Amino acid sequence: MMHRGLMLLVCASLVSTTAFAQAPAGKVTVVTSYSKDVTDPVKKAFEAATSGVKLEVQNRNTNAGVKYVEETKANNQVDLFWASAPDAFEVLKGKGLLQKYAPRATGIPEKIGQFPINDPAGFYFGFAASGYGIMWNERYAKANKLPDPREWQDLAKAAYYDHVSIAAPSRSGTTHLTIEAVLQGEGWAKGWSTIKAMAGNFRNVTERSFGVPEAVNSGQVGYGIVIDFFAFSAQASGFPVKFIYPTVTTIVPANVGIVANAPNKAAAEAFIEFLLSPAGQQILFEPSIRRLPVNPDVYAKAPPDYPNPFKDPRLNSMLKFDVAKSEARNDVVDVLFDQLISFQLDPLKAATKAIHEAEAALGKKDSAQGRALVAQARELIAAMPVDEATASAAETTGAFTGSKQKGARQAELEQQWAAFAKDRYAQAKSKAEEAVKLAK
Amino acid sequence: MSIALSTGRAARGLSATPGQIALALLVAAFLGVFLIWPSATVIFVAFTEKGGGPFTLVNFVDFFRTDLFLRSFWNSLYVSAMAVAGASILALPLAYITSRFEFRGTILIQTLGFLPLIMPPFVGAVAMQLFFGRNGSVNLLLDDWLGFKIPFMDGLNGVIFVQSIHYFPFILINLSAALRNIDSSMEEAAQNLGASGFRLFRRIVFPLAMPGYIAGASLVFVKVFDDLATPLLLNVKDMLAPQAYLRVTSIGIADPMGYVISVVLIVASVAAMALSALATRGIDYSTVQRGGGGLARRTLRPLESFAAYLTVTLILLLVLAPHLGLLLLSFSTVWSYSPLPDGFTVAHYLRVFGESSVYIKNTLIYASLAGLIDVVVGTAIAYLVLRTKLVGRNALDWIASAALAIPGIVLGIGYLRAFYGLQWWDGTPLASLWIVIVLALAIRRLPYALRACHAALQQISVSLEEAAENLGATKLRTVRRIVMPLMMGGILAGFVTSFATAAVELSATLMLVQSNSDAPLAYGLYVLMQSAAGRGPGAALGVIAVVLVAACTILSHFVVERSRAGSQARH
Repeated sequence: MMHRGLMLLVCASLVSTTAFAQAPAGKVTVVTSYSKDVTDPVKKAFEAATSGVKLEVQNRNTNAGVKYVEETKANNQVDLFWASAPDAFEVLKGKGLLQKYAPRATGIPEKIGQFPINDPAGFYFGFAASGYGIMWNERYAKANKLPDPREWQDLAKAAYYDHVSIAAPSRSGTTHLTIEAVLQGEGWAKGWSTIKAMAGNFRNVTERSFGVPEAVNSGQVGYGIVIDFFAFSAQASGFPVKFIYPTVTTIVPANVGIVANAPNKAAAEAFIEFLLSPAGQQILFEPSIRRLPVNPDVYAKAPPDYPNPFKDPRLNSMLKFDVAKSEARNDVVDVLFDQLISFQLDPLKAATKAIHEAEAALGKKDSAQGRALVAQARELIAAMPVDEATASAAETTGAFTGSKQKGARQAELEQQWAAFAKDRYAQAKSKAEEAVKLAK
Repeated sequence: MSIALSTGRAARGLSATPGQIALALLVAAFLGVFLIWPSATVIFVAFTEKGGGPFTLVNFVDFFRTDLFLRSFWNSLYVSAMAVAGASILALPLAYITSRFEFRGTILIQTLGFLPLIMPPFVGAVAMQLFFGRNGSVNLLLDDWLGFKIPFMDGLNGVIFVQSIHYFPFILINLSAALRNIDSSMEEAAQNLGASGFRLFRRIVFPLAMPGYIAGASLVFVKVFDDLATPLLLNVKDMLAPQAYLRVTSIGIADPMGYVISVVLIVASVAAMALSALATRGIDYSTVQRGGGGLARRTLRPLESFAAYLTVTLILLLVLAPHLGLLLLSFSTVWSYSPLPDGFTVAHYLRVFGESSVYIKNTLIYASLAGLIDVVVGTAIAYLVLRTKLVGRNALDWIASAALAIPGIVLGIGYLRAFYGLQWWDGTPLASLWIVIVLALAIRRLPYALRACHAALQQISVSLEEAAENLGATKLRTVRRIVMPLMMGGILAGFVTSFATAAVELSATLMLVQSNSDAPLAYGLYVLMQSAAGRGPGAALGVIAVVLVAACTILSHFVVERSRAGSQARH
């Protein structure tokens, strides 16, 4: 086996060094976070359309993939990087690990919703679009007699306590964008208030994106905050799940880019052209994939009831997403979420539960003093250790980039923020408990 | 007199043969190149200032100033200790009943009892949730009939529950091997002196089997302390290993704390191993006589027999529930919020059938090579530690054990850093050869084999080797003809543990797999388990992995029983 593998590698490297600038041929290697259900149909169609090229799929999660490309750059063997999260591509681009290319494919507009489909600098290209929303298990909702949610705020209601799940934004690029979309749509203070009110109802915060749809599919958790195709492909596989896009969300492209010093550049370009061609775009309709093509024309061949971001007014009027702003405070938002929510989930849930109980008690026997206490408790939960300007300031962001400039170390900031949250949540809990006593 | 004594000691101190010294150097070189160097390329960050400055310990000060890390540390300690207790409760009855009594299906029970160790990544977790989760089969039925639920899988208690089930085979295997090695003459002597029943077990049998129990228990402790998969699957993040993992693998965070935690994990694991060595130090567990075929097996009276079967069945049902869940999942169409799947199908097996043969072949090659390397290196280290007085022999033991504490992802990145720059003659990076995966697996599973070999050698009296040497045998010949055959049970236990766990290892492999044709089963599983449609096929592949490893385990049991019977016949 070793010999055959070696021979293949030898052949591949010979072919790739002699055949550049001619018709694409040989082995083209792609590092991707996509599952076999996505890569297999694409691989099959691509190899059929481009004779002589073999697509080698290396499956790694997005973070591991970025680390891999970075660690192996001295002797790079990878041609393409193919994943959802635009921020992973920003990281690769920032480290000089991608190369420019100008796709020849036609019929793809410049923007989807408010988001540019391709990297304006030309380092990576959107091939599919995805929006974020709420997915739920119908059997679970029926058994627990829960109403269908419409907006993010709905998930903060008492009925959903302990029924909601999310992936940590520090672990899932797609969730990070959801959080950032809420922050940009509602503003820093109001956005965090919404997010933390929802977070008080979280059952858990998972460490990988697919953990959330998996838990909703199997009915361990009722509601998940997910990217749309997780729900669509689960529906296509027969799971009893539903999905909606809330008003404040954003549509962002999933991307592909050529790695710097790609050993087989010609074939890498051919792969991108194929993905962007009408044939490549239509593969996205496959039941196991279910993503939104970026070429508006191919929606003519879409299955019935397929969401069309170019036609659907709800999807089209989504907020303008500021990529630069998001990029500047990327790490800060992730760490804030982890320190205030993921690692403080128990105190946060205890405080939220107390508030829900206080409100239920006040519903039976109202008192102005009780209402004031609950309002104070909510404010305490919503309080942020840093304001919007500080979050993007160089002295804060510098703590997370490992830069040499003076300033606090990451661990110091984290401890400060965690202590801040823990203290506020405890106060909120006692205020809410006071309100319960008043209402009795 | 005293002079003579001290020179005698000095002479013994230097009495290592050139062969032994060469062996020690070889082992040290192996550990240096494949464990220390790659890990050091990653972990050194823990000792540098922000932005890669000079040497500093400030990061460790930060560690002890952060509530989250301190809480994680105590949680890890608590969960590990409780998991050892839980695992002992599951393992002791099984080991005792199958080794002490004439019991049908001993091999079957020992194989089944071994299965929990082989829990394929991801699918195992899903199956476990579907059975024991908040809305798993058990809780849905409980809720239906009795109106309450049991939070099996919630918080720290959930971690203890799952870890006890997952790792109790470590104790079972090592304890069973130790029980089989006890000579029946010891027991007969005790019986002649009037001991019987539980007293006999407590005072004679269990103390003699102590090295095996300690080997297993220390493995469980350290493994639980360092395990990140189970806490993460239960969404418990305030433990040390998950904290290290979350930090090391997040993008854009050049954070030294992940590596600081790795160092803390390594120190704590080595300390636990050293403590367990201390517990058995100064006590001689070896018995001279061999070949008695282990403990005398008693036949059970009908009522006893019933009780024994009941106990064994209940324990096996509990520990195999995840595998039953996996089996159901692999045949199910949709399984969501219901005690049983909606329907059944064989489609998942058909889908993975064609593509799994390459995964199976790779897994068998990688895991058995890794297991072989492990028992060779493990036996060598055990021999050096227990039979020579070489300076620094304990360090070899501890370094090898520290491999348990190095997160797989750290080792994976370390291998890329250390070996990717080195090129084959045609420019192929050294790190892209599949043998690198084997080496990474071998390093990660070495502690298992090492503990088993160590315990086995501890039970053999030196006087047997001295006798052989007095009769003119060379050291090498003694090892080959006396030590190895007597250690065989322990070596096999080590091989099987390393082999089986290597067969389902993912974290380091995921970093090192370069192409689908070189990928093992665990990678194939990972690739499938990222989508809704892949769940069934993933479960089917998981079942294939479990069956495969179980078959290999039974086979090796048979081989050993055969050779044991053969050697007894020769006597």
